[in-house]
Amino acid sequence: MSATAEREIILKLEDVSKVYSGTVAVKRANFEVRKGAVNVLVGENGAGKSTLMKIIAGVERPTAGRILLEGEEVSFSSSGDAVNRGIGMVFQELNLFGNMSVAENIFATREITNRFGKIDRKEQERRAAEFLERLQAGIRPAMLVEDLRIGQQQLVEIAKAVSLDARILIMDEPTSALSAAEVEILFKVIADLKARGVAIVYISHRLEELIRIGDYITVLRDGRITGQEEMKNVDTQWIVRQMIGSDAKDFAKADGHVPGEEIFRAEDICLPRATGGLAVDHVSLSLRAGEILGIYGLMGAGRSELFDCIMGRHSHSTGEIFIGGKQVRERDTTRRIRRGLALIPEDRQREGLVSILSVASNLTLASLSRFASLFHIRGADERQAVTQMVRELAIKVADPVQEVSSLSGGNQQKVVIGKALLTGPKVLLMDEPSRGIDVGAKADVFRTMRKLSRDGLGILFATSDLDEVMALSDRIAVMSNGKLTGMFDRTEATEAALVAASALGHGPAAHKESIAHD
Amino acid sequence: MTDIPAKAAAPSAPSGSVLLTLMKLRTFIALIAVLIFFSIAAPNFLSTANLILMSKHVALNAFLAMGMTFVIITGGIDLSVGSIVGLCGMVAGYLVLNGIDLQIGYTIYFNVFEIALITLAVGILIGAVNGLLITKLNVAPFIATLGVLYVARGLALLSSDGRTFPNLVGKPELGTTGFGFLGAGRLLGLPVAIWILIVVALGAAYLAKYTPLGRHIFAVGGNERASRISGVRVNMVKMFVYMFSGFCAAIVGLIISSELMASHPATGESFELNAIAAAVLGGTSMSGGRGTIGGTIVGAFVIGILSDGLVMMGVSSFWQMVIKGLVIIVAVVVDQAQRRLQSRVTLMQMAKAG
Repeated sequence: MSATAEREIILKLEDVSKVYSGTVAVKRANFEVRKGAVNVLVGENGAGKSTLMKIIAGVERPTAGRILLEGEEVSFSSSGDAVNRGIGMVFQELNLFGNMSVAENIFATREITNRFGKIDRKEQERRAAEFLERLQAGIRPAMLVEDLRIGQQQLVEIAKAVSLDARILIMDEPTSALSAAEVEILFKVIADLKARGVAIVYISHRLEELIRIGDYITVLRDGRITGQEEMKNVDTQWIVRQMIGSDAKDFAKADGHVPGEEIFRAEDICLPRATGGLAVDHVSLSLRAGEILGIYGLMGAGRSELFDCIMGRHSHSTGEIFIGGKQVRERDTTRRIRRGLALIPEDRQREGLVSILSVASNLTLASLSRFASLFHIRGADERQAVTQMVRELAIKVADPVQEVSSLSGGNQQKVVIGKALLTGPKVLLMDEPSRGIDVGAKADVFRTMRKLSRDGLGILFATSDLDEVMALSDRIAVMSNGKLTGMFDRTEATEAALVAASALGHGPAAHKESIAHD
Repeated sequence: MTDIPAKAAAPSAPSGSVLLTLMKLRTFIALIAVLIFFSIAAPNFLSTANLILMSKHVALNAFLAMGMTFVIITGGIDLSVGSIVGLCGMVAGYLVLNGIDLQIGYTIYFNVFEIALITLAVGILIGAVNGLLITKLNVAPFIATLGVLYVARGLALLSSDGRTFPNLVGKPELGTTGFGFLGAGRLLGLPVAIWILIVVALGAAYLAKYTPLGRHIFAVGGNERASRISGVRVNMVKMFVYMFSGFCAAIVGLIISSELMASHPATGESFELNAIAAAVLGGTSMSGGRGTIGGTIVGAFVIGILSDGLVMMGVSSFWQMVIKGLVIIVAVVVDQAQRRLQSRVTLMQMAKAG
């Protein structure tokens, strides 16, 4: 970020609008992308960032307006068109083929072939390895994408975009599933690209990240551009003000209630990994009623797997769990939900929602038996519960019979939370509850967590966001490499201590699995 | 029975467009169109006798299509229904003629009611085999039910060495008479088979709309993982839909042999394809999660009336196949067009509203 003399504008959008089914996503936006710089784009969920980027990447066509590439008007009829013009994109929702190898994904549609048109697998894997090497992800090119964790898949997506050798590279929330260490590596890659004159368009919800790497910032609100500045002239307050119109309270404050009796205990939870070793390694913890226990850890630390074990999603996991002092012997998810456990999964689209069903059907999906006499669903009761939950969680929806997929990410997350709450849980497991949602919805989610804990629920929440875990938790557990490596009281926890604990067991010895036969 | 095949899951966006409304009601319109066309083109088409005869034909396909609808909504497919029809017909025929030989010098004969129950149980059991293969052994539905298709057909042929069980009138001294009631009997002027269809269809439509199980069927088809995490017993739901499909096929087996007073082991060949066609015509999405019983019934009527009407007009059966195929393709194309149009109409309204 040296002397930011006015850098050359490579791409310019003039008065671009995009109307979608359901919403006007972008209204008369003017947006400039500069060479050799990180052009940051921020805005709440549903503000139109992703749409704007899809227009640039040729995935969507604007309803109105002009796109100027190096001063010349262009119109992309497909993403292939944009790629040919040197525009690459890392998509927010991963656009990978799970059934193909990492190398095949990176070279999809640009397969390297020999003279006879046969795909040169060796060469592809060798070249893929070079890109992966730069990301230091420990991903082998021959691995199947579906065997990778989400964080690693995101790195593959990034490697794929980098391999395009693009002049303009769009990154839509590239860090949403990355650990702190992986983010550092990505930033190095970005700095490297920048030095080579690549224009980078960077979208993220993490403000501190933007301020660190951005050169120019553009803020979108409700499809309109509300601010455009050089990054050195702005601060967090300014960004948030442009985004939501007024200063935001970050985290709901603790209300000082004292946690009650122990409501949940896990003893000696173990989950073997398919590749050998343990994904969850003898974890024991206890939770009191009205307590929020944050579980901090990097990607692959075993947090999600621990939750899966607690919910009974793995038949081969071992260990015991207790609710209110009584052992839970039921091994299946259905009956564990009945005993008072509920999970808000990390991956909203794949595990949280049935996207083609209505908001109402999604909300009551896990608790239908509550509204049924014998086998008949009492429609009035169900509607009443839905209306109440929509109001309580401030879900923005015109009519609950709308398809859930028509909502913004934050509101979809609220639907997932509402679904869990309708089961009347005693213990709530939240896996990255604020991932990929906007500042306003985040604040709502945090406020809800506070309120629930005041009502006496025990909350276990997993996150890889340090600020979040520090601000919300009564106690903080740290996981690393499947093990519980630290347990701190809020008063004694420091960021340094958490980070240190989250890195334990990640020495060179931990990477034995890479010797596995190919 | 004729509730409008509205898309249960479609967003209730206010559509100003007449075209869109027409497209939504397409199966209904198609039904009315074929009715009008044949009442003009085919003499005697609208006579009561002919209408009742046709609805009996339609009923057979409608039973299978209802079972198929639930299966398809969960994201599966059931190719074995035709064979189950055949096998269940043979079971019923065998029991009427031979009873069960206990191998100790006694033979048990059942009355017709018991025979019907046993036959239905056999259908449900075969459905359960499908379900177990799919849920416990993780066999893809297409393959599992394809396998069962062959096994059930083979068993049906083995049961009689390929011969027909003829003359199922039964013997009064054994209490096995009255088998013809299901296929040929009438109540209040309507064939018994139609009454059964009405009862089963109302039951299925109720199940789909007002019970947790029905909701779970749609949820499993929409997103199996999310359903599982929400505590839906996915395997039980799948077991149910295949067992229900087997149950429907058994009913058809009973009705056909009762109507003919004979059981032929090849009965029901390729019935599964007609059932799938009716479900698809009625708006069931092959990718799961969408579909209605009402739509499927209307779809079955369109296909049934089309083929019967063409027969009455004397169109060759070869042309009938071509026409049937075209109707199915057009139905699906219109379905896709409707979705696109729907989004465009909403879009235009949004643009107008600013």
